[in-house]
Amino acid sequence: MSNQTLTVRTAGKPGKAAIAGYGLLLPAALLIAWQTLGHYGIISEMLFPTPYTIAESFISLAASGDLWSHFKVSAVRALTGFLLGGGLGLLLGLMVGLFRQSEKLLDPTLQMIRMIPSLAVVPLFILWFGIGEESKVLLIAKGAFFPLYINTFMGIRGVDNKLFEVARVLGFSRRQQIARLVLPAAVPNIMLGVRLSLGLSWLGLVVAELIASTSGIGYMMSDARQFADTPVVFVGIIVFAAAGLVSDIAVRLLERRLLRWKDSYQG
Amino acid sequence: MGEALLSITALNKSFGTAAGQVQALHDVDLQVQEGEFITVIGPSGCGKSTLLRIVAGLDTGYSGKVTLEGTEIGGPGIDKGFIFQEHRLFPWLTVEKNIASDLPLGKPEIRRKVDELIELVKLQGFEKSYPRELSGGMAQRVAIARALLRNPRILLLDEPFGALDAFTRAHMQSVLLDIWRRNRTTMIFVTHDIDEAVFLGTRVVILEPRPGRIRKIVPIDLPFPRKKTTSSFQELRLKVLNVFEKVDELELTDGAGI
Repeated sequence: MSNQTLTVRTAGKPGKAAIAGYGLLLPAALLIAWQTLGHYGIISEMLFPTPYTIAESFISLAASGDLWSHFKVSAVRALTGFLLGGGLGLLLGLMVGLFRQSEKLLDPTLQMIRMIPSLAVVPLFILWFGIGEESKVLLIAKGAFFPLYINTFMGIRGVDNKLFEVARVLGFSRRQQIARLVLPAAVPNIMLGVRLSLGLSWLGLVVAELIASTSGIGYMMSDARQFADTPVVFVGIIVFAAAGLVSDIAVRLLERRLLRWKDSYQG
Repeated sequence: MGEALLSITALNKSFGTAAGQVQALHDVDLQVQEGEFITVIGPSGCGKSTLLRIVAGLDTGYSGKVTLEGTEIGGPGIDKGFIFQEHRLFPWLTVEKNIASDLPLGKPEIRRKVDELIELVKLQGFEKSYPRELSGGMAQRVAIARALLRNPRILLLDEPFGALDAFTRAHMQSVLLDIWRRNRTTMIFVTHDIDEAVFLGTRVVILEPRPGRIRKIVPIDLPFPRKKTTSSFQELRLKVLNVFEKVDELELTDGAGI
């Protein structure tokens, strides 16, 4: 009897391990197919080195310390750009969201700048700041600015008017209204902005490093391309993907802590 | 009778809508004494919520005079507690923090009062729960505690139990009566439920719509605790119902929207 209940429960609600297993099913199948096709020479080793070759190249790069030193440079760039652009986006988003005057003053200009593609300003940035760190960090910052800016702005303007009535009835001062109502209510949107900004920081990093640099994962990849060292290019892609994923998970954990109060559909 | 706590004289209020000016309240006069429990009842569109919001200071742009303890209502404030139909708790704060809101829970005096109120509204054990974890009745009790912590001169309740099921509503009614009998907080309670109005009020104010004005005020001189099954309760209920039904007919012949 108890055994039966157990079976029913497992069938109805898969455990955590089972869900993780589902997620891995497709990538694992792809890897096996890739390795097999490559091994029998059905796809070109030159363009599609097998997973095994890529792993070998990864290990040798990691052992020499090259991978770590390139990664450090890249991570510092992405983080600096994120902090600069995202921080500014949060600040201006708060200002524009809270004060109608600053919205009228700043928002049209910022929306205009938003429409300029990042790639279009690369030549200008290189002319202004050279191919040093500044142009890369600024390029990343430009990308990271807007998601946080827009989402902070939206979060503040999306506060339920009914709660403002409560704040009035409870006699909140203007300062208390901001600290105790507007900011907490905007946190879900701000966290979304953080996630998007962080993602764009990694994207901006790749663009910046592929264009002109002498260090970093992007440089490692473009250097490898010149020598047709395809496995290293794949290693670079994997490192970028992993770094992006890890930072996204970190933000999601923070989000879950901060938004414990939220009552939303869990799937 | 001494000076009234709340005095409403010649109150008129109209709204501008797409269809033109609509008179929401017409020449409303009402004197509320300290410690009274006034229930206001009337069909939808009779302006009962508007009346309450004007007393709270949430709605302005009226003519006439509304004074609390002799001074004109300037705006919303903690001397006029307000309970909305929805609980309107801050979703990111726990029960105890919602009750305290802007007041520091770290202060021993506030802490003690919050604990007392949690006991008064029977929510012990839920101090650290978030609003999403509460039932409708529990959340509304938190809202009542939040208003009471500020020692309001008058507590204004806008159909606070309207969204609750019949059993919870009956329970909330007795919780509220308990609070009223213990604290003697003056209450104005808006409802569309005749039983509720007669059960709670010391006076029932019956409004009629278009324009919203007082039709009749029925004093309810039943002793507490009241029982809805006694014949004296049923008599008063019928009395109110009679007035109410005439109002209802009026509304139907008026072709009002239902």
